[in-house]
Amino acid sequence: MTIPIHAVRTTCPYCGVGCGVKATALPGGGATIEGDPEHIANRGRLCVKGSALGETLDLDGRLLHPAVRQNGVLARASWDAALDTVTDGFARIIAEHGPDAVALYVSGQILTEDYYVANKFMKGYVGSANIDTNSRLCMSSAVAGHKRAFGEDVVPGCYEDFELADVIVLVGSNAAWCHPTLFQRIVRAKEARPDLQIVVLDPRRTATCELADLHLALKPGSDVALFNGLLAHLARSDAFDADYVAAHTTGLEAALDVANAGDDVAHLCGLDPDDLHAFYDLFARTEKVVTAFSMGVNQSSSGTDKVNAIINCHLATGRIGRPGMGPFSLTGQPNAMGGREVGGLANMLAAHLDLDNPGHRDAVRTFWEAPRIADKPGLKAVDLFRAIEAGSVKAVWIMATNPVVSMPDADQVRRALAACELVVVSDVMASTDLAPYAHVALPALAWGEKDGTVTNSERCISRQRAFLPAPGEARADWRALCDVAQRMGYAGFDFDSAHAIFDEHARLSAWKNDDDGHRRAFRLDPLTGMSRAAYDALQPVQWPLNAAGEGTARLFGSGGFSYPDGKARFIATGVRAPANVPCSEFPLVLNTGRLRDQWHTMTRTGKSPRLAGHAAEPFVDLHPHDALLAGVREGELARISSRWGAMVARVAHGGGIARGAAFVPIHWNGQTASDARVGALVNPAVDPVSGEPEFKHTPVRIEPFGVAWYGFIMSRHDLSLEGVAHWTRVRGSGFIRYELAGRAPVTPDMARALLGGSEEAGEDADWIEYQDQSAGMLRAALLVDGRLEACLFVARTPDLPTRAWLGGLFAAPELGPRERATLLAGRAVQAGPDPGPTVCSCFGVGRNTICAAIRAGDLQTPGQVTACLKAGGNCGSCIPEIKSLLHEVRFAAAAAA
Amino acid sequence: MNTTHRPALVVVGNGMAGMRTVEELLALAPGMYDITVFGAEPHVNYNRIMLSPVLAGDKTQDDIVLHPRAWYAEHGITLHTGDPVVAIDRRRRIVRSQSGVEVAYDRLLLATGSQPFIVPVPGADLPGVVGFRDLDDVDTMLQAARDGRHAVVIGGGLLGLEAANGLLRRGMDVTVVHLTGSLLNQQLDGDASLLLKGALERRGLRILLGVQTEAILGDGKVASVRLSNGVTLPADLVVMAAGVRPNVALARAAGLHVERAIVVDDTLQSYDPRVYAVGECVQHRRATFGLVAPIWEQARVCAAHLAGFGHRRYVQQAVATKLKVTGIDLYSAGDIVGGPGTQDLVLRDRRSGMYKRLVLDGNRLTGAVLYGDVADGPWYFDLIGRGVDISAMRDRLLFGPALCDEQAA
Repeated sequence: MTIPIHAVRTTCPYCGVGCGVKATALPGGGATIEGDPEHIANRGRLCVKGSALGETLDLDGRLLHPAVRQNGVLARASWDAALDTVTDGFARIIAEHGPDAVALYVSGQILTEDYYVANKFMKGYVGSANIDTNSRLCMSSAVAGHKRAFGEDVVPGCYEDFELADVIVLVGSNAAWCHPTLFQRIVRAKEARPDLQIVVLDPRRTATCELADLHLALKPGSDVALFNGLLAHLARSDAFDADYVAAHTTGLEAALDVANAGDDVAHLCGLDPDDLHAFYDLFARTEKVVTAFSMGVNQSSSGTDKVNAIINCHLATGRIGRPGMGPFSLTGQPNAMGGREVGGLANMLAAHLDLDNPGHRDAVRTFWEAPRIADKPGLKAVDLFRAIEAGSVKAVWIMATNPVVSMPDADQVRRALAACELVVVSDVMASTDLAPYAHVALPALAWGEKDGTVTNSERCISRQRAFLPAPGEARADWRALCDVAQRMGYAGFDFDSAHAIFDEHARLSAWKNDDDGHRRAFRLDPLTGMSRAAYDALQPVQWPLNAAGEGTARLFGSGGFSYPDGKARFIATGVRAPANVPCSEFPLVLNTGRLRDQWHTMTRTGKSPRLAGHAAEPFVDLHPHDALLAGVREGELARISSRWGAMVARVAHGGGIARGAAFVPIHWNGQTASDARVGALVNPAVDPVSGEPEFKHTPVRIEPFGVAWYGFIMSRHDLSLEGVAHWTRVRGSGFIRYELAGRAPVTPDMARALLGGSEEAGEDADWIEYQDQSAGMLRAALLVDGRLEACLFVARTPDLPTRAWLGGLFAAPELGPRERATLLAGRAVQAGPDPGPTVCSCFGVGRNTICAAIRAGDLQTPGQVTACLKAGGNCGSCIPEIKSLLHEVRFAAAAAA
Repeated sequence: MNTTHRPALVVVGNGMAGMRTVEELLALAPGMYDITVFGAEPHVNYNRIMLSPVLAGDKTQDDIVLHPRAWYAEHGITLHTGDPVVAIDRRRRIVRSQSGVEVAYDRLLLATGSQPFIVPVPGADLPGVVGFRDLDDVDTMLQAARDGRHAVVIGGGLLGLEAANGLLRRGMDVTVVHLTGSLLNQQLDGDASLLLKGALERRGLRILLGVQTEAILGDGKVASVRLSNGVTLPADLVVMAAGVRPNVALARAAGLHVERAIVVDDTLQSYDPRVYAVGECVQHRRATFGLVAPIWEQARVCAAHLAGFGHRRYVQQAVATKLKVTGIDLYSAGDIVGGPGTQDLVLRDRRSGMYKRLVLDGNRLTGAVLYGDVADGPWYFDLIGRGVDISAMRDRLLFGPALCDEQAA
């Protein structure tokens, strides 16, 4: 393709908010990025990750050509050879062991068109439903809850409801970090209407809580009890909408019986009864309530029941599908919803038709003109990798996801893949934790290169459009799938464009949709038969579309559920404890989640120096009392272990963790740290209905990770760090930083060896060294032509110079004598005050700078901080943290007074 | 002036230590003693430290005179120059000079100094072999620089390098021969020594390390030096700068207690209560002295006791020194050798020609070696002298006071 010189409207590849982005390719590569003011999801706003997309578009580390493993190494191969290898492998294994011996494991990162082809390939042609996706790890409990309640996987409301609501309940959602632009809409709504009440239900005190009028730090996993209690309270308070219940629902009595049976909810949830009842009363007396939920609800062994316990309350009060009210699933990934629409999960069929319905199966097979159709659910993610380890699944094609990092019991995934006969990996990156297990690696298109559609959390279908050329030999995932399908002799894969695939997908959504027993809300009739130009010009639109082609903001306000009787179902949700409870051996409950400025395994966000400023390293957030009991100290390293695995991370006291709990972010892996895959620890317990793993509740133990020294290296080039016990790789601006810890003492010679991988480090190299051997302190810097090439700082404790000043030196073409003189002091002679850790990544404003400005100017609001320092003025993601700093400073001032 | 009732003070040695003591004494108790001074050299008291600049041509002989003859006269001091004392009769309390002058004393001050150590090799007594100790040596060296071309300096310590630099400045081809593998091995470690060697070589000095002098050859006069590595260097002048020996023969012959030098107590008194000693000829506890600062302190203490004020005690203090070679910045302060329990902070920047080493004993700074950038030397010397607890600024100490002050603020 030619590079368009104008701005291309596309959709952000990160969370499920699905913001519109305007990208303008730059002649030298990369692109400028801005929010799309016309996109209904974000109206021009972007979060910090979205804003930094331009920093993630380089080709460093990209997989640019196919490779096939030969003699133990992935060797470059032609597409033909690679596709033949995949085809032969799949065909042979299907022939010898049947269709259920192969599987696809795909991702909420691929486009709807890719998903559609993958699903068609497996279910209609291979004849197995062994296609699952990382969406299983993310929102399959929401899907299951929706299906149980509504008869179909439908999000009833839209983002606008957050602005129209009088009460917003955020359950298990750190929206401030994980859905930032939507959260900013809530922030602005609350600014406009301070009466808007925000309630956060989360065991952690997260950044989201800064906006909350009420934070209920419920005991992990006690959500069902809490919402059962709410249902019972609503019944007692006469808050039910009897007419709605009678006309559009069934099953209330059974659900209420279970709810009424629960006693002492406050105790069960570990909450102050007054706080709990304040919430219950608020909910009962407010009609316009949105209850938004995310991973804290879904990622649980009772996730589906949690979803239904929430929906029950909205059905009972009739607060659903009307402006400003309803249950709302906040989706994690950019196209988890698109995957659900095509049926790309092991327990779905296609286009919201059911796998276990013979009529539906027949309809899909007929539409596809497929030789066969899967007739039983395939293996869900956790079961799939167990089956691979057991040898019943012998070939797996993994696309746009990294189960070695993201799955629970991730070491089991390693074992499974090591034992698997054929592992095909489609990825954009060459070096990942998954790559060592690949027999065939296929280069995929990345964001900005690929073309198709995605669906966000409010059912809004938007185009992702290409604005960069395909690099190397990278191909669209749908094309790789079609290539293999055609090689296997399957008809129906002669698509020549994403447009053609979308057209078939839209037609399938309409297929028999007016027939009894086949009706479903999901239908895209007006989008069938679009021209290529119309597809390319497609505006964001929320399904279902009416005959006039208009989208639908809300559903079910007047009933019309997808069950044949048109009624929603109450689900009796019994209270269950999490699958694995703490014991003396593993006394703490591990919770996992995202950080504000990173995404998944960091293949993109890890490229941005700006995004590395917020949290550079993997950490375990603990209550100080638990740290004391475990014998670990803030800033030092700890080993965290469960029955399933172990990792190492730095101890942090974020202040939001209750006693008995621990939090570890999900992002780090073997590419960015020596031993920080939290997936290895996570228990593989799953929800019995959705199969979603319980990421939020694994019993763990924390122990000191004994090292003799801590240190860091900054280097213009990648280094190999042999013999270092612990490292984390952090992208800086013009350098790579390694945070290190080790056991064997570092000598000057070792320091030179560590830093001096480059040829410049010969006999006459320009070294500066500082050593305080008795104190275990060593510092060294290598300069080339007067320019800082690399530096190393090592000490017995983690108390090391700030990285910010040193990092800035890499921008200098040559160090001045003063800089050179104090380089190894790690600070300028007349340095200004240390800005502290970055809070506002957009403007690079540090914590200390903000606190100083607050004190100096007696600032009271984030707006004043922004006026003073710009901080918070761009994406606004850091405003909760600024608020918390305002509190802190005020509190400290009050305490001092 | 009534001289009959005044006790007699005889000073043996007309150098810096002795005259400083007299100066201090005159300030405390003018006219208390009848003072007689014997000096081996024909000169009045001059600043021996400035011999290097005189040799190098940066200063003249007149520039370095400390006490002109008028000063002696003004204070009623009887001065015998060019006439060393050759015997002390302690029983009779009389000294006798080379020329036969006998003077009785009530108090005797020995300030005999030291002499260069002449390496005992064949030919060491040939004309053209000199130490670098006094103005006569400088004259010899300047003469050689006028008449000859080649100089060999034996010893790569502070004195040897200053001599070599001076001779180089006077136009000679100079080779420094040093026994160990690195220059200034008392002050620097290998890296700093390499920096210094490079800097000196760039100025034109030839430096041979790890070699021994086997013989000095010549027929009636120095002609060459043969080294242990077989090399023979042409030499019109050989400077012995391989250390000094305290002048203790006189004291020993007088039956005073002498170890490496004349042993004195904290009041600079020898084992004979009437006999004091100061300067390079004394040993206090285990230490002998070569730098000026502690000798000034000895003079101060000794003068107080001679004046009858027994209120001062000599306490060894850290000392600082600089290499007096123009364009080369080297500063050494305190105990730079260290010992068991001491800890080193080292900063090396070879490309910039910079090296700094601090020696810590517990939380106190006890020594500092600075090469290339000596600006912070006085600050370190002050920290050493005051025994400041540096633990709070340990990791910034080597980077200078600006960073440490900033931290303290």
